Amino acid sequence: MAFPHRHLLGMADLSPQDITQILDLADTFLEISTRPIKKVPTLRGRTVINLFLEPSTRTRTSFEIAAKRLSADTINLSGSTASTVKGETLLDTARNLQAMAPDVVVLRHSASGAAHLIAAHIDAAVINAGDGMHEHPTQALLDLATIRRHKGDMARLRVGICGDIAHSRVARSDLIGLTLMGAEVHLVAPRTMMPPGIETLCRPPGRVHLHDALDEVLPLVDVMMMLRLQSERQSAGLFPNLREYSRTFGLGPARAARLRPDAIIMHPGPLHRGVEIDPAVADGPRSVILEQVTYGVAVRMALLYLLGGGTVEA
Amino acid sequence: MVRLEDRRELLDAAGIARVLRRIASAILERNGGPDGLVLMGIRTGGVPLSQRLARLIAEAEGPAPALGKIDITLYRDDVFSGLPRPKVGPTELPGPIAGRKIVLVDDVLYTGRTVRAALDALMDFGRPRAVELAVLVDRGGRELPIQPDYTGLQVQTGRDETVKVELVETHGQDRVVLRRRLEDASAPPAGGREDR
Repeated sequence: MAFPHRHLLGMADLSPQDITQILDLADTFLEISTRPIKKVPTLRGRTVINLFLEPSTRTRTSFEIAAKRLSADTINLSGSTASTVKGETLLDTARNLQAMAPDVVVLRHSASGAAHLIAAHIDAAVINAGDGMHEHPTQALLDLATIRRHKGDMARLRVGICGDIAHSRVARSDLIGLTLMGAEVHLVAPRTMMPPGIETLCRPPGRVHLHDALDEVLPLVDVMMMLRLQSERQSAGLFPNLREYSRTFGLGPARAARLRPDAIIMHPGPLHRGVEIDPAVADGPRSVILEQVTYGVAVRMALLYLLGGGTVEA
Repeated sequence: MVRLEDRRELLDAAGIARVLRRIASAILERNGGPDGLVLMGIRTGGVPLSQRLARLIAEAEGPAPALGKIDITLYRDDVFSGLPRPKVGPTELPGPIAGRKIVLVDDVLYTGRTVRAALDALMDFGRPRAVELAVLVDRGGRELPIQPDYTGLQVQTGRDETVKVELVETHGQDRVVLRRRLEDASAPPAGGREDR
């Protein structure tokens, strides 16, 4: 079982076989989190640095728990404690971390391409935990794992993604991963938030459809994924106000009733209750939002297992 | 790819059936019956053997012992030795194991490293009252102080040889074959991944 990558920088680098390997492994790692002693010795003596230069609770905690359950030592550096606030460049930070010989660096950064940049300059395996508006591959993988558990084979599955597609690295990574696995993706957004050329991310081409009305997508899809609306986009003039957005693109009980009976509802978090998703829907029986979080740990354990062993030295 | 040459058949179907019956009755005799026993197959080779032993024990003396499977991949000492990452499988226990008597079951005992990993994995689930080891073939070559309690067949083998256990459940037939590597240069050192 060979995993042909040293880093995980984006879904765009993965093949369907790579993805299946990660998801199969994640299914196995789920069980470890149900044991009384939630820890195996596999990564004992390895060091994982979580470098989070942008706010995050869920992803950072998830990576930390994943690393600890594999017995790795974890160090968390966040925006306020990192010396980037003292004016150090990302590359200098990365080189300094490398001098302390970590095995894995997990990076969250506001600039697209940040993970690629440091991967080219350090020996440790780099996992992209979100770079700007580019990619968030571990989120896409946990979404795929959750979808696969509920829907089985992803070929010809229809998945709706609704919200601020333009600013969403989650939407990009999900689009790539889902279409790679054979699903058909329906993107819904106000026209101001639908990036031109988004369909070129789809591989192979032709499996993505663009919509500007949520209502036309609801009856079609097996999975409906709602994206968080960042309220600061309002000041950018991308939508008139939160109420208007919620009325047009929010998933409330009436809209949820128009979904197919077996459709599941997903959200990458953090939830903006009452804006893109109504509490009754987010907490309802078809919501798998917390399962996504559970899978997040298992998927990250799988990646640390595959990438955290260091270079081949046979 | 290492090419292997069949040298001789160590056990045929009748031979495997015979030694399993002997192991099953030895387990019963030593433990005074099947009560409270857990047969834990080490994945993957030990699993079908543990199921056969449970069946034989049930036929001989009442209730079948509880069955479990243990995957040792995450406890290996060579997981990052440079070979491709071994595939991780599920561990399935028949409930809490604290205070119970466990018989680990594997097909071939060689270096002892697999059993060491299985013991560590087991202890992370609880504190069994006792753990015993049953193997179909003990091929010698130990690298750790580990000995089986129940052995089907004992045979001394060299480093350039492998012992292959084929079972109906996984290979369509029952037999144990001794094989020899043809290109010796590519043989991994003892204790490597090819430790069968």
